[in-house]
Amino acid sequence: MPPAIEITALRKSFGDHEVLKGIDLAVQKGEVIAIVGKSGSGKSTLLRCINGLESFQSGRIVVDGDQTVESDPTALRNLRQHVGMIFQSFNLFPHLTAGRNIMLAPRLVKKKGPELAAEQAHALLTRVGLADKFDAMPHQLSGGQQQRVAIARALAMEPAILLCDEITSALDPELVGEVLRVVESLAVDGMTLLMVTHEMAFARRVSNRLIFMHQGRVHESGPSEELFTSPKTVELRQFLGMVN
Amino acid sequence: MIDFTVWDIVRNLLDAAQWTIALSIVAFLGGGTVGFALLIGRLVGGRSGAALIGGYVQLFQGTPLLMQLFLAYFGLAMFGIDTSAWLAAALALTLYTSAFLTEIWRGCIAAVPRGQWEAAQSLALSFSEQLRYVILPQAIEVATPPTVGFLVQVIKGTALASVIGFIELTKAGTMITNATYQPFLVYGFVALFYFAMCFPLSVCARILERKLHAARH
Repeated sequence: MPPAIEITALRKSFGDHEVLKGIDLAVQKGEVIAIVGKSGSGKSTLLRCINGLESFQSGRIVVDGDQTVESDPTALRNLRQHVGMIFQSFNLFPHLTAGRNIMLAPRLVKKKGPELAAEQAHALLTRVGLADKFDAMPHQLSGGQQQRVAIARALAMEPAILLCDEITSALDPELVGEVLRVVESLAVDGMTLLMVTHEMAFARRVSNRLIFMHQGRVHESGPSEELFTSPKTVELRQFLGMVN
Repeated sequence: MIDFTVWDIVRNLLDAAQWTIALSIVAFLGGGTVGFALLIGRLVGGRSGAALIGGYVQLFQGTPLLMQLFLAYFGLAMFGIDTSAWLAAALALTLYTSAFLTEIWRGCIAAVPRGQWEAAQSLALSFSEQLRYVILPQAIEVATPPTVGFLVQVIKGTALASVIGFIELTKAGTMITNATYQPFLVYGFVALFYFAMCFPLSVCARILERKLHAARH
């Protein structure tokens, strides 16, 4: 079985500043990976490279067996049908109801009929615990609810992989739990998840593998439980607050 | 000498006002179409396309409309194109309007947060779908008040077409003044007519702005 994501020698710079200094990473189907690290370590950039939101200078990313990340628009469109992304700032479309936010891409990209798309949207909203919010506008929803709609919207494209970019960082503390519960249920259902997160307890509980990024490189990686209990490098130990 | 009654003056000005309105509509529709095409060109044309269109905007914003009218009127003739005052005025005002509208609209597109583009991209929408279903609906809301406001500028700008001999409201005013020797009365009416066209639009722009403000808070 080919890996869900295979990244080889990925390098990315913003001007003179090299953010990713050669990343090699293979993600197996069904794996739940948490990426942690200080801000500026390149973890969000890595995630954004995987669905082509950021271009990169050299290296190779292959997704879902045969989709290569490149700059050709058609190839990118095909790729993005395999990779869903959820953002820190939700990015719901403010002029559309929750239901229509979810239906938009399936209708346009997958050419789904209106009834089928609506049915799917209802089912997804139920799955994220918002069955009664189909007609709600984004501004009428709390941050946690908006993020759950955003998850449903990404799922509507039936992606093979879901990228989560600090999806709880913009939420009030009391709303973090409801979003994480949805993500955890996805992990249990076998979704391949790659998440950049600052929620260490959550990362430890849900992820199979932990990747610690430091200065543009994968500094340490391995089974989550192992890394959390006995990190090998000084930097990860420092990051986890084990030494001061 | 023929005696002009007030009604004669008003009637003649009303006739001419139709041409002011016609010229405004042509300028606005033509300028809107060209301006939108330029807007798309700026979005997809890369750095060189953006620079080229930016230069076009600067050119029209940095020169008086009066010069643009002269250049259109005499320039077209120089190239052997048989031009009328109407054609030259329509052309100059269309280009002038397109430069301003494309700049106004560019700002409105830029006001839509980057995350909206990114969310639409990550859902595999094509560029035209991103624009049509996600970005434009949000940008149009922001763009409506300044666009309507600019229409007022265009209507007043048509007065300059009188210098190349196009008979619209201002030119008609001058001609009637020359016949009646009552400049204050005639130009007073001319001003009133412009006001009657522009004021409702200004009110409209203000209401739209207030509505937009209310919707955002």
